[in-house]
Amino acid sequence: MDIHEYQAKEILMRYGVKTAEGGLAYTIEESVQRAREIDGNVWVVKAQIHSGGRGKAGGIKVCRTHDEVRAAAEELLGKILVTRQTGTVGKVCTRVYVEAGTHIAREIYLCFLIDRSSERIVMIGSGQGGMEIEELARTNPHAIKKIFIEPAVGLQDFQAREMAFALGVEAAQLPHAVKTIRGCYRALRDLDANMVEINPLVITGSGELIALDAKMSFDENALFRRHEVAELRDKTQADPREMAASDHGLSYIGLNGDIGCMINGAGLAMATMDMIKLAGGEPANFLDVGGGASAERTEKAFRLVLADKGVKAMLVNIFAGINRCDWIAQGVVQAVRNIDMKIPLVVRLSGTNVEEGQRIIAESGLPIITAGTLAEAAEKVVQARNGAVAEECKGI
Amino acid sequence: MAILIDESTRIIVQGFTGKIGTFHAQDMINYGSNIVGGVTPGKGEQQHLGRPVFNTVKEAVQQVGANASIVFVPPAFAADSIMEAADAGIKYCVAITDGIPTQDMMTVKNFLRRFPIEERMVLTGPNCAGTISPGRSMLGIMPGHIYMQGDVGVVGRSGTLGYEAADQMRTLGIGISTSVGIGGDPIIGSSHRDILERFEEDPETKVVVMIGEIGGPQEVEAGIFSRDHMSKPLVAYIAGLTAPEGRRMGHAGAIISAAGESAAEKVAILKELGVTISPTPSAIGETVAKVLARM
Repeated sequence: MDIHEYQAKEILMRYGVKTAEGGLAYTIEESVQRAREIDGNVWVVKAQIHSGGRGKAGGIKVCRTHDEVRAAAEELLGKILVTRQTGTVGKVCTRVYVEAGTHIAREIYLCFLIDRSSERIVMIGSGQGGMEIEELARTNPHAIKKIFIEPAVGLQDFQAREMAFALGVEAAQLPHAVKTIRGCYRALRDLDANMVEINPLVITGSGELIALDAKMSFDENALFRRHEVAELRDKTQADPREMAASDHGLSYIGLNGDIGCMINGAGLAMATMDMIKLAGGEPANFLDVGGGASAERTEKAFRLVLADKGVKAMLVNIFAGINRCDWIAQGVVQAVRNIDMKIPLVVRLSGTNVEEGQRIIAESGLPIITAGTLAEAAEKVVQARNGAVAEECKGI
Repeated sequence: MAILIDESTRIIVQGFTGKIGTFHAQDMINYGSNIVGGVTPGKGEQQHLGRPVFNTVKEAVQQVGANASIVFVPPAFAADSIMEAADAGIKYCVAITDGIPTQDMMTVKNFLRRFPIEERMVLTGPNCAGTISPGRSMLGIMPGHIYMQGDVGVVGRSGTLGYEAADQMRTLGIGISTSVGIGGDPIIGSSHRDILERFEEDPETKVVVMIGEIGGPQEVEAGIFSRDHMSKPLVAYIAGLTAPEGRRMGHAGAIISAAGESAAEKVAILKELGVTISPTPSAIGETVAKVLARM
């Protein structure tokens, strides 16, 4: 789960990380008010969206008067920002963070994340901050310092010092650099974060160390014990269909194609989408209905897939282990009837009670196309989709 | 032979008396697995499914000689149960539980490393379908009847995609020595590579199939191991060609977050390492058949 920059900064400040003075605003008036509250004559108005690359997308505006702050807020609030990370749909900006301008002497990169290879937390830093770390990893891998942290004892001061020196921090700033580094680590550990990234961490003209941007991402599996984190979720930043799906315990991801999918198991779902692509189609979504797919749950899944009006045909692929094909078949028949489904549907069932499941589909009298194997299912749904598109063209 | 489990494996179920534990324990008993009891703290001295319930794993090890366990304990308490099994001297543990916090798994792995390697419990999962040595023992939640006994080893992250592969192989008359689900989480007990090492040492296994997916470095590590240390052919399929970058595809670990983690990149690297690639998920069975025919 991602959170906003201002939320990450509020958390990190509690752990001793310094940030520039700032305040949150939901309206234009509030934005100007925040600027009035902050001393100085330069303010930065920053769009709060769950994405990197905001600067290049016009989401960060430096202002020198209160009128400029007003204009910046007016431009950003309610706007859809498209960055290189959001896809073409973009993300809506419902709030801005107004911050005091910072005199930047140097930019540093600092990040903590869980490294899957070593199964440890790794601290990554570079004296060359501000740019994309992936880009830096490609162009100048030697400029990146990695320190692995032993889980049993946690981050030690000598490691924090080693990082601080690698980042080119001067002796006078060392105690605060160590405090900042330890604070980020502590926040990650205490709150079950997967990632804490400060890019850039800046050394100001007066020698202070300030987190100019902050990003935190949290382990969804740990939210049950991190209520204060769970409450930071901003539903406006997620695809509404994905939010609806997760409310029903379904795992859904919207994609750009037009063949709707309902599959049990994440691996089989990915494999089925691959098959659709290889057969010449494009999946409209990833949807894992999970293990205990009741008739009710199946209908909810159907409604979710069909809520995407771009879907031209739908494929159901179930390999029943804990599930039983006859239950799924009943759910499918019920869903098709209740929803009055108009687009072609291909169903492939396999595993426990498959004969009974196939009989239910056949005897339903509904125009459901059945398939025996994964390959056949993918070919049939792509054919059905092409047929449906051809019909539409005739209609026009 | 087979790997990890066979007829002699003495299994306890952790989370035995819960709804899910009960359902799958019965299913494993029906398959013929040697379930010798279960653990539910506070319910010791009771009988469940005709087997004894213990308060602690230690008691189960001492009293009924348990050497393997399967964990159905809810996510908040699962890491603790896994560590209890390791501490009690269980040799092999399958963690079925989906949803264990990543940092809990980091603690588990760190705890396991404290044991000398010859005494260290082998863990597979969490978030997996379990392990089956067809015709001998099932330590998992898979539909046992789709697995035919034979000489192909299978290792994969996903449950249902593993069923798909087993089903394709059975249709072609190809049997399986052992099928191991390693799970879909970012930090898991055993890697693809760990399981390949065991298949390489198993005289009964002739060919190994690896079913991987997007995210993480494991498939490539396994490919390097296969090139450098394996005499047996390795067949692989990687799911997720259509997965967009940065999105979590159902499994907590199925996310492309670094270079080399997409399906296309993994396939290209594995091909270069000499691994036989199944081009589609529906061609896993026939790809294995072709490799077997060449032997």
